[in-house]
Amino acid sequence: MQELVIISGKGGTGKTSITASFAALAKRAVLADCDVDAADLHLVLEPTILRREPFSGGFRARLLSERCNGCGTCIELCRFSAITPAGGPNGRSCQIDPSACEGCGVCAWFCPQLAIEMAPAINGEWFVSDMRHGPLVHARLGVAEENSGKLVGVVREQARKVARQTGRDLIMIDGAPGIGCPVIASITGASLVLIVTEPSLSGLHDLGRVAEVARHFQIPAAVCINKWDINPTITGRIERESRERGLEVVGRVRYDRAVTGAQLARRAVVETATAGCAEDIRSIWQRVESILQAMEACKSRKGPASEPPAAGHGGLTGNTDSSRRQHDRQ
Amino acid sequence: MHLAIASGKGGTGKTTVATNLAWVAAERLGSVAYVDCDVEEPNGALFLKPAIDASEPVNVPVPVVDPDRCTQCGLCGRICRFSAIAPVGGRVLVFPELCHGCGGCRRVCPTGAIHEVPRRTGWVERGRAGALGFVQGVLDVGQSKSPPIIRAARAATPVAELVVIDAPPGTSCPVVESMRGADYLVLVTEPTPFGLHDLGLAIEMARALNVSFGVVLNRVGPGTDQVEECFANEGIHILAAIAEDRRVAESSSRGDLIVEALPEQRLVFSRLLEELLSGRGERRPLIRRGS
Repeated sequence: MQELVIISGKGGTGKTSITASFAALAKRAVLADCDVDAADLHLVLEPTILRREPFSGGFRARLLSERCNGCGTCIELCRFSAITPAGGPNGRSCQIDPSACEGCGVCAWFCPQLAIEMAPAINGEWFVSDMRHGPLVHARLGVAEENSGKLVGVVREQARKVARQTGRDLIMIDGAPGIGCPVIASITGASLVLIVTEPSLSGLHDLGRVAEVARHFQIPAAVCINKWDINPTITGRIERESRERGLEVVGRVRYDRAVTGAQLARRAVVETATAGCAEDIRSIWQRVESILQAMEACKSRKGPASEPPAAGHGGLTGNTDSSRRQHDRQ
Repeated sequence: MHLAIASGKGGTGKTTVATNLAWVAAERLGSVAYVDCDVEEPNGALFLKPAIDASEPVNVPVPVVDPDRCTQCGLCGRICRFSAIAPVGGRVLVFPELCHGCGGCRRVCPTGAIHEVPRRTGWVERGRAGALGFVQGVLDVGQSKSPPIIRAARAATPVAELVVIDAPPGTSCPVVESMRGADYLVLVTEPTPFGLHDLGLAIEMARALNVSFGVVLNRVGPGTDQVEECFANEGIHILAAIAEDRRVAESSSRGDLIVEALPEQRLVFSRLLEELLSGRGERRPLIRRGS
């Protein structure tokens, strides 16, 4: 089974629009939306939800105010400034800010009055759905919640399960912007990362950082440049610098208002247009698919630890199960 | 006043609004600071081109176990809720990437066998861009936890009449950390289905945290009257609308401030500043200011 992750570093470069188009072109993939705190893929894929589950990642401290005598031990111990003094029924108490609580439980452990308990935090939900191009696993992190990395881990695990059940051998993952916890949880152990960037200094800067993250976790990576004609000079620079980093540039996508039109029609742009950017995305998908096929062929020839033939640094080695578990837990 | 600029969806123009607004404000007010809290991908410096005077590492304390004093009692493994420390076969293993730096293990160890050492996860830079104070936090590549860097960037912010906080995309803990203690939230969106959907999530977040907010509509083209009408019906305050303009995209792509490159944009941002300073749209204190 292969996993392709579409990420960007910078937000708003077109990850989701390209993922939706890939879904329509591939026809054989399980889709996973791992941008769990601003998921948009469902807006164009119109899924029918088949299964819906709550997600609990971690714990939150809860004050049992009738037991609290306001001694202040917890305030002193909390390194996240989540507990502050407050007046209570007996004049002295404290209050816990759930948005600042890290869930470490140090306050609960050391409270001499046993006045704090750790309660499981319900941080969101995840869904298994059916849509016109196949199954979709998606999620919604509660607003102002944490543990997005853990929820990404759950979405990926469920997507693998669905892929096994439905005999599909490709999982396509729409990742989050940035380089932190949800992004690392999305890419660890993946077969290939496709970085979607745009020709701006911000896009170039953010591409550099996210490519370093892929290298750090030894995931092969390729690059495509969306809205390339906004600044052809920077497009050229991105292509040059990508090659210097050993990243394959799989194509350019022109700036095209048809993308917003497709969003409004709740369709992927390749479903509503054949020319323009739809044509560019088609040719990028063909290239990505041939890289994935070459990797698969190489793997089956030489065994799982072999180097991939194309696209990027590192190779498939070095992603142990334990490193994946570590990041799923964060 | 602390203003946080956030969005839900990425790439809607948070940094464009934050940098241009701070730049225009610095020309008008006595002291203004810009803080880049998008520590995973900080881009404000590309536009503001600050001179950096100070750079400091951000460290998270992680445990180190002295095997001579450890009695293998296992309490450290029991208190840790992040599986970052584990007594295994006569040794205690520490996994620094999983450690949240809560200090529980050190505190619980009955023989004092655990002490903490700083582990660098990023850095904070301070400087000036013309009249504007500049601070940015940067997460080291390969690190996953941005909140400690965000807290450090906020703590390094100079006292100013106006502080403009450039928040990361999304609606989860890094955004909450960025806007902690802010007086007002500016949500930047674009009138596309993705933009409006994610704006809905950001509004939900603002309401859950009891923060006053207004909206800046970016890349507004013809046919978005319905969007503005819908906002009015929902009681959502529109602070400014920035027209869809390829020249804005082009000058931003080169790292130019649009208020410098395009004179008509200066007017848009002066009016936005006016709107924010006038205090139309009610103000409530929000999340408690961290220590």
